[in-house]
Amino acid sequence: MFRSGSIQSHLTLRDKIFSLDLTLTICIFLIGIISFFAMYSTDGGQFAYHTKSHIIRFIIFFSLFFVISFIKTSFWYGSATLFYLGVLFLLILVKYVGLTSSGSQRWLYLYFLNLQPSELMKIGLILFLAKYYHKISSGDVNKFRYLAQPLLALLFPVILVITQPDLGTSFLIAVGGVIVVWLAGVKMKFFAYLGGLFLLSAPIAISFLKPYQKSRILTFLDPSRDPLGAGYQITQSKIAIGSGGLFGKGFLDGSQSYLDYLPEKHTDFIFTLFSEEFGFFGSMTILMIYILITWRIVNIGHTLRTSFGKLYCYSFATAFFIYVAVNMGMVLGLIPIVGAPLPIMSYGGSSMLAIMIGLGIVMSCKIHKDQSLG
Amino acid sequence: MISDSVGSSKIRLIGRRMFVLTAAKAVVVFGVVGRLISLQINESKKYKTLSDKNRFREWRFAPPRGVIKDYFGEEIASNQKVFQLHLIPENAENLSALIFRLKNILKMSDNAVSKIQKKIKSQKPWDPVIVSDNLTWAEFSRINLFLHELQGVEPIISVARVYREQSSSHVIGYVSKISKKDLQQKNYLANMKAAGMRVGKTGLENKLDSEIIGNVGHKRYEVNAFGKRIKEVSIDQGKNGKSYKTTLDLDLQNLSAELLKGKAGAICVMDIYRGDIITMVSSPTFDPNKFVHGISTKDWRELISHRDKPLVNKAISGLYPPGSTIKGLVAISALENDVVNTKMVQQCSGSIELYGEKFHCWKKKGHGFVDMRKAIKESCDVYFYEVARRLGIDRLSETARAYGLGDTMVKGFHEEKTGVVPNTKWKKQRIGKSWYLGETLHSGIGQGYWQTTPMQLCLMTARIANGGYDVEPRIVLGEKSKFSLFAEKKKNPKSLEEFFNTEQSKEFDDTTIDLGYKPLFRNQENINFVKEAFFGATNEPGGTSYGSRLGKKEFMFAGKTGTSQVRRITEQQRELEIKNEDLPYEQRDHSLYVAFAPYNEPKYSISVVVEHGGSGSKTAAPIAKKVIKKLLERHPLRQQVHDNYKGEDV
Repeated sequence: MFRSGSIQSHLTLRDKIFSLDLTLTICIFLIGIISFFAMYSTDGGQFAYHTKSHIIRFIIFFSLFFVISFIKTSFWYGSATLFYLGVLFLLILVKYVGLTSSGSQRWLYLYFLNLQPSELMKIGLILFLAKYYHKISSGDVNKFRYLAQPLLALLFPVILVITQPDLGTSFLIAVGGVIVVWLAGVKMKFFAYLGGLFLLSAPIAISFLKPYQKSRILTFLDPSRDPLGAGYQITQSKIAIGSGGLFGKGFLDGSQSYLDYLPEKHTDFIFTLFSEEFGFFGSMTILMIYILITWRIVNIGHTLRTSFGKLYCYSFATAFFIYVAVNMGMVLGLIPIVGAPLPIMSYGGSSMLAIMIGLGIVMSCKIHKDQSLG
Repeated sequence: MISDSVGSSKIRLIGRRMFVLTAAKAVVVFGVVGRLISLQINESKKYKTLSDKNRFREWRFAPPRGVIKDYFGEEIASNQKVFQLHLIPENAENLSALIFRLKNILKMSDNAVSKIQKKIKSQKPWDPVIVSDNLTWAEFSRINLFLHELQGVEPIISVARVYREQSSSHVIGYVSKISKKDLQQKNYLANMKAAGMRVGKTGLENKLDSEIIGNVGHKRYEVNAFGKRIKEVSIDQGKNGKSYKTTLDLDLQNLSAELLKGKAGAICVMDIYRGDIITMVSSPTFDPNKFVHGISTKDWRELISHRDKPLVNKAISGLYPPGSTIKGLVAISALENDVVNTKMVQQCSGSIELYGEKFHCWKKKGHGFVDMRKAIKESCDVYFYEVARRLGIDRLSETARAYGLGDTMVKGFHEEKTGVVPNTKWKKQRIGKSWYLGETLHSGIGQGYWQTTPMQLCLMTARIANGGYDVEPRIVLGEKSKFSLFAEKKKNPKSLEEFFNTEQSKEFDDTTIDLGYKPLFRNQENINFVKEAFFGATNEPGGTSYGSRLGKKEFMFAGKTGTSQVRRITEQQRELEIKNEDLPYEQRDHSLYVAFAPYNEPKYSISVVVEHGGSGSKTAAPIAKKVIKKLLERHPLRQQVHDNYKGEDV
């Protein structure tokens, strides 16, 4: 309580700039630069639509990252519930006025960008739950009354997103939520119950899956089952990454992507493109930068003293890591194709916006770590 | 305000649980890195191959076949520009609509359409299917007119086999689409898969196929996932097939075909020293061009149901009893075996009764007293019944085999027949019965079991005409032959006939044995006697082919007629003296003639067979005369060409 004095509550802009985490900022910037090149390559070596639009978005959202960083953590803490409810409202809105593309209703048309509220929900849920567990005492965490609210907060958006349908994003939203709950100290047995419930409901859930979703899971289990159908993506992605070898085929020389064998190369499969052109060293570079980002966020979390800050940073770091892992695991053929973008690298405004907001709040926590949340 | 550092226990719990998550993350990182190592380092080679397989597509195209020329360089089988229509299924937006459209534009039959659809199913979507490989100009321009609405088809100008002269259809053969059987029999076809590939089916096209077919070329393109060609990576033009010069003379081929027009039969001409086949014509002929692009069912039916079997190369696959053309050979056999001498005289009264059977001479009144020369000249059957009786069938068959009967002689022609040289053993084996003496008598005049091809008769005559040496036929220049080996060893003698006709020929006997040119005689006088008797038959009054002689001294030739029965003549028919023309076509005699020319310096032998043409003197001999005249007129030209490419010849 003694730190919640008024001295640190008046940080100058200069102070704030100097207390930015340099490594994290540089890493984000690096990923941005790398993503420009990757996007330039997906445009066939031209400074075309995807490249331009990706660069503009990165500039805007990277700036937004700084803006968010410089805003007091207490503001983010205070508006967490509102943020969550706002996004939840957008998710419901999407149900009615959302844009439909390839059979899935996910987007809201906002003139300058098609907003995908489910991406924002990834952050919204973490923020909401971090605040929730910050508020309740550790003794109450495992009480049934206090379990119900987070469960509802988690299930509601997840179900909304599943029915869009968007299995990948809903899974990533759920994972983010579960991590906060786990970190907050909810006993293992509840996770076990939840897991059991999930397994029991799995057959029912499967019957609700769209045929393409079922086929994706089956194809993952045996990619050669249907090499020109759903397995095509996994197979072509593996060929692209494998054929990159140690040093890659060279910038703009990735034949798999250049010749359109690679599906969704500027979104979910951007890592594949980069791997093909820059080989094992390129892949490892990207992986290391992402690990560095995760590590920095966790480190920031270590320095924080509020459970909100810790919960948020740890959860976001883990969720961020999981986004990366799921995307890479997917393109490497380790897990089924679920449709998960690679943070910052993948083309897509909402995803980048969500990640930048998430990172901005982390940075805000760091800059304002000595300020109270009040 | 909510206290933000409520118990450190809460913070500690978060820290502990975070540690678990960090450990889990490490495991995931190991998994991802391991996978990257496995894909990009360990299995990189495999994926590189797969990636290239993705990228590159190959279009293979058939090379132009080698050209087949005659001795003077005239093209007999060559290539022409054809307009083709290829369809690349994956480029078509709506395949079935496209096929329907093409069907209308080209007026294709349902059958043709279903064939194309079957073909599309059997191959990769980017491999072109040939919708039509020989569009008319009108069809080609109509397609070009509609091309903008026919996405997926490609009009292509290509080359295809064309045969300019139907006179040589049989000897040259034809090409057609590769069949399963071809793939089994011709190993070299394994690497020859290409759209529009044709394979030789008969004749020289088949014999020379492995060389004349060339090497398949390919264009390799980098293509994108939609099959669109991005850039050409490599191109291999392939190798055009090897061209060949043959020993044939297209002018003579044409003349021979002309002379046989409306008849069924064959004409063979060969060089008696080199064995060069100068003419090999079979009639009636057919249009080999029809096979190149797939013959229609109607045309095919017409060909195979034709009475005179146009597809059969009668020169090497037609089997005929040699009739009296065998008499020279019977005489040689008898003389060589010392069974008779040339002075033997036999009375011919038109028939002879032996072993309780009556054997007739063709001349009902009989020839009176005849010696061997007269018997050959006037073709007395009774005389040769007696010669054959004394000689016996086994000795005769031995001589016949030595002179080239009863075996295939032209290498590489799968359609060639061996024929039959009958003897006691043969009959026992093939028919399972003992030989009757009466059959020997029939065999003595070339009737009975004998089966010979016109080519064999031509070769037999050549071996007699060259003084009794076992020349072998050849048809492709540059092919090793006995003659070429001989000429090599002799350091290019100016010509073989020169060698034969100079005193050098004394050493020839030894040399020929070395080289495989084997004398077939014990005493060459016997051969010369028969040659002289043939001269009498053609150039002296009373000779069977006197009416077909050529008066000019340098054109004089010597030959023997033959009339071979295709039925047994009953006594009643003999009494009635039914004329051959009055018989149904199938029962009329075959007309045969063999000859060599010029008589003074023999160079060529010829055989003419006209199916159901009546007597040899009436039909075959006059044809032979015309061929021989042209042949001898063209001899200086041939000699000139020969002198010019002697080196290549050997």
